[in-house]
Amino acid sequence: MIEHPLLVAEGLSKNYGPRIGCRDVSLEVHPGEVLAVVGESGSGKSTLLGLLSTELAPSAGRVSYRLRDGRLADLAGLGAAEKRLLMRTDWGFVRQNPADGLRMAVSAGGNVGERLMAVGWRHYGNIRDEAIDWLAKVEIDADRVDDDPRAFSGGMRQRLQIARNLVTRPRLVFMDEPTGGLDVSVQARLLDLIRGLVAELGLAVVIVTHDLAVARLLSHRMVVMRHGRVIETGITDQVLDDPREPYTQLLVSSVLAA
Amino acid sequence: MNAQAAGGMPEITYNFAYLDEQTKRMIRRAILKAIAVPGYQVPFAAREMPMPYGWGTGGVQVTAAVLGPDDVLKVIDQGADDTTNAVAIRGFFEKTARVATTTSTQAATLIQTRHRVPETPLRENQILVYQVPIPEPLRFLEPRETETRQLHALAEYGLMHVKLYEDIARHGHIATTYAYPVEVAGRYVMDPSPIPKFDNPKLDDCPALQLFGAGREKRIYAIPPHTRVRSLDFEDHPFRVQRFAQSCALCAASGVYLDEVILDDKGGRMFVCSDTDYCNGRQEAGHRGEMAGEGA
Repeated sequence: MIEHPLLVAEGLSKNYGPRIGCRDVSLEVHPGEVLAVVGESGSGKSTLLGLLSTELAPSAGRVSYRLRDGRLADLAGLGAAEKRLLMRTDWGFVRQNPADGLRMAVSAGGNVGERLMAVGWRHYGNIRDEAIDWLAKVEIDADRVDDDPRAFSGGMRQRLQIARNLVTRPRLVFMDEPTGGLDVSVQARLLDLIRGLVAELGLAVVIVTHDLAVARLLSHRMVVMRHGRVIETGITDQVLDDPREPYTQLLVSSVLAA
Repeated sequence: MNAQAAGGMPEITYNFAYLDEQTKRMIRRAILKAIAVPGYQVPFAAREMPMPYGWGTGGVQVTAAVLGPDDVLKVIDQGADDTTNAVAIRGFFEKTARVATTTSTQAATLIQTRHRVPETPLRENQILVYQVPIPEPLRFLEPRETETRQLHALAEYGLMHVKLYEDIARHGHIATTYAYPVEVAGRYVMDPSPIPKFDNPKLDDCPALQLFGAGREKRIYAIPPHTRVRSLDFEDHPFRVQRFAQSCALCAASGVYLDEVILDDKGGRMFVCSDTDYCNGRQEAGHRGEMAGEGA
C-alpha cells in the first residue's frame, strides 16, 4: 500500500518449552489494511496474534509499531505506562469470547465509556452521549445503554465489544475469531458491520480466523499458517482463487461451496 | 490458669501496648513509609491479635505501634464511645499499656476509630487511626491484586470512575454513600475505610495525622497533616455529602451525621447524633432537642 507500515514484525518466534508456537514470522501491516491470518487449529494463529499485540513475549524477533508522532518504535522497548496507554487508545482487541473482552457486570454504557474515562473524560453526560452514539453505530438500541451484557445475545455482546474498542478511535485493531460461536445469519450481519466500520474509520485490522469466507469478505491481504510458520502470503483474492502451496490448495478446496 | 491459684507464680505481664518492641518497630517503619507516600498501601507483617479479624486488628496494631505512655486514648465505634468494639479496645489498652483513656475528642491525643470521623474538628498533634476492612478501592472492579498494583503504579484510575458511572446510570446520582474513593495529594486513589461520605471533606487539609490499618489484608496507609484529599466525581455530577432534614433529637445539632433509631413498630423513630461525645457535650452546654426528656 501507500504509506509506511503501521506494524512491523521481524523474525517472530515463540516456543512453549520444546513445542513450537510460532516460527520466524515476518510481516507488515499498513494503515487502513485488513490482514487475515488463516490456518487450521494449532497452526499458531493465536500465538502470532498474542505476539503482535505484546500479550506474549517472543522467544526471538521483534515487533515495531509506528506511533502517532511517526516514530517506528520497538514495542519491547516501550515502558509499561506507554504500552498500556497505547493499548487503550491506539489499539483495540476484539476477543472470540465477548466475556473476556467485556466487563459483564457493568452496563453497556459503562463498558463503552471505560476507555473514555481512562483517557480522562470526566463529564458524565458527554461520556453517556458518546456511548449511545457508539451503540447506534453497532446497531444496539439506545434504550439498552443501562443493561449489562449478561442480558445481551451473543451477537449483541460481540457488537458491544467492538464499540468498546473503537470508542477511542484506535488505528489498529486485533480480532481473534470475532464471528466464532455465532450463527450464520448473525455472523453475516456482524461481518457487514465490521466491514463498514473498517472502511469508515480507516482502521488497520489483524484478524485471525479459520473461516476462509470471513477472510475473503473482510481482508485485503492474507497470511496462511501451518505448523507455526507462514507458508503463503498475498492479496486475498489471489491466494484464495489461485493458491500456490499444496496446503493452501487443500484448505481452499475443503470449503463447501454454498 | 489462674495465677493466684498456682500460688506464688508471677502475674502474666505484657510488653507495653501488647506487641513486642521489634514488631512495633516493623509497624512504625511501614507507617513512616505510608506517611512519605500519602495514600499508598504499604504491606506489613500483620500479627495475630487477641481479637477476631474485622474487629479492628489493623487499627489496634497501628495504635499499639504509635502509642506512648503519655498518650490519652479515645476509641470510637460508629461514632459511639460506649459500644462493644470501642469498650473492648479501650479496655485492651488500659490493661496492656496503662494509658489514660477518655471519651472526649478534645482531650484525646490518639483516637482509634471505626467508621466515623469525630464532629469536633481535629487539631495538630492528634493522630486518628482508622480500622480498615478492605484497603483496595479497586477490589470489586478488579479482583487481581497484581493488576490493581499495576493500576496504582501507573495512576490508571479510569476504572474507579466506571463504578461512579454505573451508580449514576442505575440511580440517577452517585449512590456510593460510604467508603467513597478519594484521591490523596493528587496521586493515589484511596479507600477512606467505610466512613460515611459525609466525613470525606474532614479528611481534606486535616491538621491531624491520619493512619489506616488493615489487619487481615496486611496494609497500612496514611494521610499526613494538611494534605489535599479530593473525593472523586464527575464534572456534571459533583461530589455531595448527605443532608439531613432533621436536627438531632437530643441536642438539636444540625449539619452533623445522624443515626436513625427505630422506637417502636408503629413507625416511631428519632434521629440522633452518631458522635456520642459531641452530642453529650452539646447537651451539657444546654442544647435541647425535641425529644430530650428527663431520661435522655
